[in-house]
Amino acid sequence: MNDEVLLQLAGVSQQYGKGATAITALSGVDLTLHAGELVAIMGASGSGKSTLLTIAGGLATPTSGEVIVEGEWLSTMSAKGIAALRRRTLGFVFQDFNLIPALTALENVILPLELDGWTRHKARTAGIDALRTVELADRAATYPDDLSGGQQQRVAIARAVVGSRRIILADEPTGALDSTTGEVVLRMLRRRVNAGAGGILVTHDARHAAWADRIVFLRDGRVVDESASTGVERLLSPAAQL
Amino acid sequence: MSVRLSLLAILDQGPCYGYQLKSEFDRRTGATWPLNVGQIYNTLDRLERDELVEKTEKTSGLKTGNDTDGQVFYQITEAGRREVSGWLGSPVLRSAATRDELAIKLAIAVTLPGIDIGRVIQVQRTATLRNLQDLTKTKNATDDPETSEELAWLLVIDSLIFAAEAEVRWLDHSETRLARAAAAGLAVPLPLSTDVPKRGRPVKSESRA
Repeated sequence: MNDEVLLQLAGVSQQYGKGATAITALSGVDLTLHAGELVAIMGASGSGKSTLLTIAGGLATPTSGEVIVEGEWLSTMSAKGIAALRRRTLGFVFQDFNLIPALTALENVILPLELDGWTRHKARTAGIDALRTVELADRAATYPDDLSGGQQQRVAIARAVVGSRRIILADEPTGALDSTTGEVVLRMLRRRVNAGAGGILVTHDARHAAWADRIVFLRDGRVVDESASTGVERLLSPAAQL
Repeated sequence: MSVRLSLLAILDQGPCYGYQLKSEFDRRTGATWPLNVGQIYNTLDRLERDELVEKTEKTSGLKTGNDTDGQVFYQITEAGRREVSGWLGSPVLRSAATRDELAIKLAIAVTLPGIDIGRVIQVQRTATLRNLQDLTKTKNATDDPETSEELAWLLVIDSLIFAAEAEVRWLDHSETRLARAAAAGLAVPLPLSTDVPKRGRPVKSESRA
């Protein structure tokens, strides 16, 4: 992790409805994501995890508070400007992969670049690079239906970090995968983050949250606690002991 | 019990001396539960008493030299082999009601007045998660295992990871259960009972009174 801040939420609150029937989904949440950092958000259903992710990704506007993405204050931007910023800076990874079946793995990955006006050639080069980081460059021409669940999720990660995109917002990305495949996906995500990206991982699964540098707990829309790894390797591998 | 049978299972591969057994056990379990040599010799004494191992002159092809001079080698007996195969072929039975400090602590805490049980749970969950993060980080430092020792070590790490995860899930579950109980007005502290507790062993039935 370094000091560069990729994403910041400052005093973010989200309310649905008004008056007596108003529901508070988030209440005064502060969160800072640095480059090279993976932050997990945990909490029971309805604790505000997913709301936090949609607000962080500029897909919803908070009732109050600020969202700052790579130095840009979303509250000062137009919807069109936010959409462009989103394409350039951040990518979502969902439980159900969300790949377009009619496009190949590579075409899925480079879609945000093409929408952003990149030339086909430049986009393809960046797309192959992104696929290489998830060890799927050899499946670039394959359609999603011919990929396993784990491979589809790795394509989704490649799409989330293609080009200059460095913020990965993942909502239960291993939810549809078996435990071993889920681990491979998390390992890839961790590797991208170690290489300088930043990630927010929403999960209810402690074993998956444990891949993060910090774990933030939400309860009733508030951050109630934070757990950071001590960074001490209590148990050394046999190889490291030699 | 598991140390005794593990050592026996290793001896099934050929004769060993005490320190050699320690090193074999450690490398086959990721050095997670290191044994001291005294423990090994105690175990070997008992195994010999039970006629599951015996002393031998054989060294199972070990490179001999100064380090092995004067060492007492042990080899497994037929009865020992049967013991090993029985162990590997049967399930490990855990005692159902082992006293677990955390379970006891939560159970007691929920009956005490003025205790924020939610806080008790959260403090524990944070600590368990930190442990889980450290384990995961350690595991992540090793890519796919390349040797049998690394594979054995990964199995042990995974077991610790899954145990920590289970604890977190139980804490989550307890939190939800307590929230429901509180909403239903059930989570009230217990004052000290005014009934005089019966002394001695519990009475089996009322008919004798």
